[in-house]
Amino acid sequence: MEIVYVYTKKRSEFGRQCNFSDRPAELHVDIIPDPSLAENFIEKNPCDTAVQCVQVMSEHEANTERFETETRGINHSEGGWPKDINPQEMEQTIRFRKKVEKDENYVNIVMQLGSLMDHCIKQNNAINIYEEYFEEDEAAVEISEEPPSAKTINVFRTPDQVKKKSSSQKWLDRSPPKMKVTWSLYTYSDPVDCLAKNLLYFIVESPNKPEMTIKPVSPLVCLEYNPKDTHVLVGGCYNGQIAYWDTRKGSQCVELSVIEHGHRDPVYKVIWLQSKTGTECFSASTDGQILWWDIRKMNEPTEKLVLDPSKRGNLDNALGAISLEFEPTMVSTELSTSMKVNHGAGEKGKKIKCQYVIKEGNSPFQALIKEQYSPTMLCDYVIRYEVNVADSIFFFRYHMCYLTDGYWSPVRPTVFFTSKMDGTLDVWDFLFKQSDPTLSVKVCDEPLNSLRIQDSGRFVACGSHYGTATLLEISAGLCTLQRNEKALATMMFERETRREKILEARYREMRLKERSKTEPGKEEETKEPEPKEPTEDLIARAEKEFFEIIEAELKGKVPMVKKVQ
Amino acid sequence: AEVEETLKRIQSQKGVQGIIVVNAEGIPIKTTMDNATTVQYTGLIHQLVLKARSTVRDIDPQNDLTFLRVRSKKNEIMVAPDKEYFLIVIQNPTE
Repeated sequence: MEIVYVYTKKRSEFGRQCNFSDRPAELHVDIIPDPSLAENFIEKNPCDTAVQCVQVMSEHEANTERFETETRGINHSEGGWPKDINPQEMEQTIRFRKKVEKDENYVNIVMQLGSLMDHCIKQNNAINIYEEYFEEDEAAVEISEEPPSAKTINVFRTPDQVKKKSSSQKWLDRSPPKMKVTWSLYTYSDPVDCLAKNLLYFIVESPNKPEMTIKPVSPLVCLEYNPKDTHVLVGGCYNGQIAYWDTRKGSQCVELSVIEHGHRDPVYKVIWLQSKTGTECFSASTDGQILWWDIRKMNEPTEKLVLDPSKRGNLDNALGAISLEFEPTMVSTELSTSMKVNHGAGEKGKKIKCQYVIKEGNSPFQALIKEQYSPTMLCDYVIRYEVNVADSIFFFRYHMCYLTDGYWSPVRPTVFFTSKMDGTLDVWDFLFKQSDPTLSVKVCDEPLNSLRIQDSGRFVACGSHYGTATLLEISAGLCTLQRNEKALATMMFERETRREKILEARYREMRLKERSKTEPGKEEETKEPEPKEPTEDLIARAEKEFFEIIEAELKGKVPMVKKVQ
Repeated sequence: AEVEETLKRIQSQKGVQGIIVVNAEGIPIKTTMDNATTVQYTGLIHQLVLKARSTVRDIDPQNDLTFLRVRSKKNEIMVAPDKEYFLIVIQNPTE
């Protein structure tokens, strides 16, 4: 049936009728091709198009949000009794058991299982499969066959959203092993964004929640546990103050140094001193001072030393200090020199005993680490060793990126670790290979800022630029002491030291000969190079020489000019 | 009666510390140890056996768990599983 709608309308309401007229087509627009426009385009020959007759699909990746889990135990006290039996009532349970025992199936099964079990028990009794056979041969299998490896165990992140730079970690060897990580919100160019400047403890097993948070007044740059009392920590702040905390007392600091007597620049390193009281520490910062403190009396440092190369105690001349180490007390500075400080007990002031300028050092030494077996190590772009000789006895090749921290392995005297700005952790074993790291592990994409190794040598904690601290476990081959290793290492160092001494002696002889050639009359024997003239005199002399030369030139030139005329 | 004999024979072997017979729901039917230990062992081992069995069968559906031995520093726990019952024996291996 058709769908029809009927309506009526008066003729007068229709309106005027339309009058159509026929006319020929009219041309409105004619666009002529313009060959000059074709010069904007280049013909492509051959054309390469891919055609595939396949279903169109798209790839999509999804990652779930981090799900936080907690481990909890379940206490199982009584088995799954059927509903009608009350496990507390002895009668009911006994009755149930008796019923099961009457079951024929039960009997068969138990017999069967019994014989199976018999077999195994007798096996056990016959021979002890875990006995130590071939014990003598074990000594031969020393060098582990497995390639060195490192495995990431845990990653610690701050609970806040803000990205903070993880500036240092220290291990505390207790059980369970704890690690403390400092986060400081600063970069070298961009100071203090004062949000949360916290120091967090982490227990190794529970990586998501810090055990304790410590709140300093200003961001913390460095931190150390007291080796004598594991609850006490001392830290250096960004504003030059030193503070110390007691973990038993909570997250506020116990005492803070006074700003007037503290450093004027961020305190880059704090170290505890091995004293009888266990309360002394010293700190270094880029304002060129080294201050000794007793934590019981924090309003004033006990000693002060200015790192002035000309030994005049002039604060303007002082070089900023970046890293410290104790015994022998050495400081590494911004201008790639390192100094040894004499910590005399009776003297009023500490003196700079001697100073080593490292040749070719072109950037501040980030880390100065002393190891019990071997000489100190410094690193910037290059890792260097040094002993009491003026020159480094070893240096490794230049790296592509800046080295930020280094540390000797506490277990093996020939192994050390370095962290780099591209997020790699290098493990070096210089008895094995000296030109390349033994193991290079890419920890993360962000630069690694600091590095610390636990005393057992097994675990390494590294902190990255964006606030993630990663815990790595090193393979056994890199943390167990090999036979003869200590002897070989000391031999190697002695050999190199001797070589350096011989080289230096020869150099001195050559210089003496030269000098005696140019001044045959004077028989001065200067064993050391002349002390450097202070910089201002040098500048004045240079200026004078410059002007003399200019005047000579002018005098020479003026007659020439006259001639031209 | 035969059941008793079997269990007694096992018990008399050298180093055997205890025997438990458990049913599929985790109820200890017969045990030679005190209640607290029994209940603890039952609960824990029951779960372990189920997990082990499911692992074996996941890898190969035709396969099945026949025996489970857990050797630790102090003793060895041996479990003979079946569809309905488990037999658990704790032995101190000879040193």
